[in-house]
Amino acid sequence: MDNANLIEARELSRRYGMTHAVSGLSLTLRKGEILGLLGPNGAGKSTTLKMLAGCLAPSSGSIRINGIDVGENPKAAKANLGYLPEQPPVYPELTVDEYLRYAAGLHGVPSAERASAVTRAKQSCGLGDVAERLIGNLSKGYQQRVGIAQAIIHRPKVVILDEPTVGLDPNQIREIRSLIATLGQEHSVILSSHILPEIQAVCGRVMIINKGRVVYNEAVDKQARVSNVILGLKRAPDAAALKSIAGVTRVQLLPSGQLRLTVADNADPREALAEAAAKNGWGLYELRAEGKTLEEVFVELTSGEITIHESLKDAA
Amino acid sequence: MNTVFTIAQTEARRIFVSPLAWAVLAVMQLILGFVFINMLMDYARNAALTGQFMGVADYIGGGLYGFATIILLLVMPLLTMRMFAEERKSGTLTLLLAAPASLIEIVLGKFFGLFAFMLAVIGLLALMPLTLLSGTHLDVGRIAAGLLGLLLMMMSFGAAGLFVSTLTKEPTIAAVASFGLLLLVWLIQILGNQQIPFAAVFSYLSLIGHFESLRRGIFNSADVIYYFLFTAFFLWLAVLRLDMERN
Repeated sequence: MDNANLIEARELSRRYGMTHAVSGLSLTLRKGEILGLLGPNGAGKSTTLKMLAGCLAPSSGSIRINGIDVGENPKAAKANLGYLPEQPPVYPELTVDEYLRYAAGLHGVPSAERASAVTRAKQSCGLGDVAERLIGNLSKGYQQRVGIAQAIIHRPKVVILDEPTVGLDPNQIREIRSLIATLGQEHSVILSSHILPEIQAVCGRVMIINKGRVVYNEAVDKQARVSNVILGLKRAPDAAALKSIAGVTRVQLLPSGQLRLTVADNADPREALAEAAAKNGWGLYELRAEGKTLEEVFVELTSGEITIHESLKDAA
Repeated sequence: MNTVFTIAQTEARRIFVSPLAWAVLAVMQLILGFVFINMLMDYARNAALTGQFMGVADYIGGGLYGFATIILLLVMPLLTMRMFAEERKSGTLTLLLAAPASLIEIVLGKFFGLFAFMLAVIGLLALMPLTLLSGTHLDVGRIAAGLLGLLLMMMSFGAAGLFVSTLTKEPTIAAVASFGLLLLVWLIQILGNQQIPFAAVFSYLSLIGHFESLRRGIFNSADVIYYFLFTAFFLWLAVLRLDMERN
């Protein structure tokens, strides 16, 4: 059995009456990966996550968690899963300790190990100081942490977090982010958000969903890669001299007087350019990479009426 | 089974840390205490009338528990409304649905949590007539049969209330609707008394008829089985309803 893919969802669809919330969505999550699920409001992120968590049955398609089919054997599949929905599912009338002990029992942690599981989860989520307090009296940020603690208490292989930083102040957002990054070391995480920097900060791979379909699915550093270099030279040499530098494929003069160099895949000629400029006295005053930011990709794919998925279909 | 126990334990805890349960118990005890004293005085005054065919246990125990059913009919929907409707509203139901627990385990867990509350009610109701033990002879068997009847009745109320609670996410609507449902099943007895076809069926289906004999101290297994079937039926409906929601 191939367990490298902890979540394998194929052709998921979900209808609510006549509306298709999700249609034909496939998703895989590999071991040790933090996957960011991005999309505008109402794109189907939450519906997708609910289906992955087993709270909602897909209208069609299949989900395997750690190789176990959720439809056929929900209990065994869900044992590998921790889920934090949009609203943290916490009981305000219980204390943090009581609640976490319950969550541990509910997720099948044997009673002998519950106390240590609770201590560990409190430690990971920074809840040690509030253990005795009623959840209802805690701030939103702490309640969110309790929600995360609940999701990781049984050390699941996969943690699903639905918009974990919504409604938090900037400090709390930073804390939750660093917490998620730590989680990524032990668990595989799926995280949904519509906050771009958040995804960029913690995720290894981004998936953009629009209108219930996957429109983008790439590693995060793909956007960080250099696709163009903007070069400002006081005494520019001719194009051939620039092209002779490894990695440069095309030279273009911009109206502002700068040069835009198109760069071969996976190459970064910036250092070589700076060295050459210094050696030959080109008068370098500007040198910067121009990559497509995640924001540009996002806007491009989700604002227009036609998605890549659909345009490919039309072409076929 | 472990999961059922875990859920039941926390449900019971949540019921008893909420002021609602205590308020309900207090008000119930106050009203029933009032009825109890009244009946006691009544019995003392008319001791000659009741004669040798009517004992203390029969008059006071039976009367008190007959009255208690009406109060419980009003009270149980208040407790069951929280079980699913409120959880759905606050989003905490997801915790259960995403946990490795089957729907049957979830519903049973909730029900047994509620059962702890029912036992508390039974305990309080048992104490009142039992105080008479110090002063008189009491037919404890009759009291026990009456209490068993009440417990069975509460189980039925609880199961029906749980089911109605799965239908909505507004706790108040759940309370009103389960009260309506219970009253309806209660009043089917009226149809049973009419000269209409299937009168016997209606009479059999009514919740109240089966309590009558237990209240009078007659333990009939058919009555007990009726309440168990009633309870199981509504718990099963609740499971079906939750399953529908998932799909």
